[in-house]
Amino acid sequence: MACEVSTAPLSLRVLVERRAAIAPCFVLDVSLVIPSGITILFGASGAGKSTLLDCIAGLLQPDAGHIKTGDDTLFDSVSRVNVPPQRRRTAYVFQSLALFPHLTVEENVAYGLPHLPAEQRVERTAEILQAFRVENLRARKPGEISGGEKQRVALARSLVTLPRVLLLDEPLTGLDAELKALIVDDLRAWNSARKIPILYVTHTRDEVDALGERVVVLDRGCVVSEGLPHEVLDAPRRKKLAQAAGFENLLEATVVELRESDGVMRVRVANTAGEIEVPLGYATPNDSIQVAIRAGDILLATQHPAGLSARNILAGRIVSLKQRGTMVVALVEAGAIFTVHLTPGAVRSLELTAGKPVWIVLKTHSCHLVS
Amino acid sequence: MEALLLSIRLAVCVSAILLVIGLPLAYWLAYSRWRGKFLVESVVALPLVLPPTVLGFYVLVAMGTRGPLGKLWQAAFGHGLAFTFTGLVIASVLYSLPFTVQPLLASFESVDRKLLDASAILGAGALRTFRRVILPLSVPGVITALVLSFAHTLGEFGVVLMVGGNLAGVTRTVSIDIYDHVQSLNYAAANRMALILLAFSFVVLSIVYGVNRRIGRRVWSPWPAR
Repeated sequence: MACEVSTAPLSLRVLVERRAAIAPCFVLDVSLVIPSGITILFGASGAGKSTLLDCIAGLLQPDAGHIKTGDDTLFDSVSRVNVPPQRRRTAYVFQSLALFPHLTVEENVAYGLPHLPAEQRVERTAEILQAFRVENLRARKPGEISGGEKQRVALARSLVTLPRVLLLDEPLTGLDAELKALIVDDLRAWNSARKIPILYVTHTRDEVDALGERVVVLDRGCVVSEGLPHEVLDAPRRKKLAQAAGFENLLEATVVELRESDGVMRVRVANTAGEIEVPLGYATPNDSIQVAIRAGDILLATQHPAGLSARNILAGRIVSLKQRGTMVVALVEAGAIFTVHLTPGAVRSLELTAGKPVWIVLKTHSCHLVS
Repeated sequence: MEALLLSIRLAVCVSAILLVIGLPLAYWLAYSRWRGKFLVESVVALPLVLPPTVLGFYVLVAMGTRGPLGKLWQAAFGHGLAFTFTGLVIASVLYSLPFTVQPLLASFESVDRKLLDASAILGAGALRTFRRVILPLSVPGVITALVLSFAHTLGEFGVVLMVGGNLAGVTRTVSIDIYDHVQSLNYAAANRMALILLAFSFVVLSIVYGVNRRIGRRVWSPWPAR
């Protein structure tokens, strides 16, 4: 058992219904097969990500369905199997990490190994502390180490038990991208030998891009999309997904004309005379559609641009400029209000101020259709 | 001095018994999902609001030679319960129950549930989780519970008088002794005892509030602080 390599996929079909007195009831209805390696579970908060993890770990009993790792049934509503969390051999790292504050790092990590003889326990603990580069902290308490170190300890504690499945509920929030990448690298290295399925929950687009693994998108309790990040998230098919995936601009528009041979169509943005060209979609003239555009994909010009490949140029006026971190968020009125992300340098060199007339420039393929 | 020693013996017995009863009871109150739980909570809290004489009266009736407990005791041990040290212990356990259960309950409930989930997922059963996680994180609550039940038992009067009477060396506790001295106009003797109790109570409360302050969060105590 100690050196068993688990490549058994996690397969599940889970139905959870929450009935609330006032709020509309929440339903989680998901069928998934999670192969070995990292799978990202992506969705806005409230989409049911944590509920799903709780079901897999056995903290919450689904109303119906089944959960299996390989051939082992962890839960089955038909044959009334419900393995308690203690015997599921799943590892779960919560967002809060839930390190035991009164135990040292070493005691925390050894917590899941009471059945081992002392010698082996010490050895296994030392090994995993080393794999996650926290062996020098073994005598410290969780309150005495940094956020990133805590996250490493939490990973080590859950993986030292050699679980069959690893569940990560936004475990790396609050870390900068570089530190996050280092920890994920160590996790990948650990898993290269074990190949267990890892379900990694996040609601931030940046993290999905950084991990670059298979994504399952959850929205209001349902799987709406599955695939690689750029396949799934760059062509949002649902409004909520569009917002969650970082499309700050969501415009109502009416289809004017299809140009099949060019692979584009012209649409009129609601409340404006302005027409823009967007990629061809399943639509006919006069259909109402939604167009999603990232704030970072929009160009601003202070003179009418010429000699550009971009097909869409709209005249507008700056409403406001707000500094947010190292980025400036501009609201531009061009019939509709556009959110545009700029660098402070661009704002300075273009001498942008509120009220200044500008032109919005959009590439056709920066405009994504939401149906 | 005999009275003081008796009081201390009583308080030690009662605190020890209360800890044994209080730990599982508080655990159950903290984690049970039973809907009728509030009824048990009310019963446990009753001595906080009930006049000691009312509690003492019913305990006395139950312990009497015709009461259910008294009869059972008589059959088992050949003598009655009322006006004995054992009887006093039983009555005091009931009377001080909330002073043990409430601080324990408060500190069990303040343990982050995620820690309990984490413990379960790491394979620990309920007992191991209690021993390794809940109890160590509830040490201030356990200290508070012990100190409060000890102090409360030491100072009780009404219940002792109802159930124990006033038998020197058997049921005559400090507070009864003080009352006796005052009745016989021996104010100097009453003052000696009263001073000891006063000093003791102050020390006890200092410990409780000191512990509360040290850990930065309040464990339950019957007196509002700050």
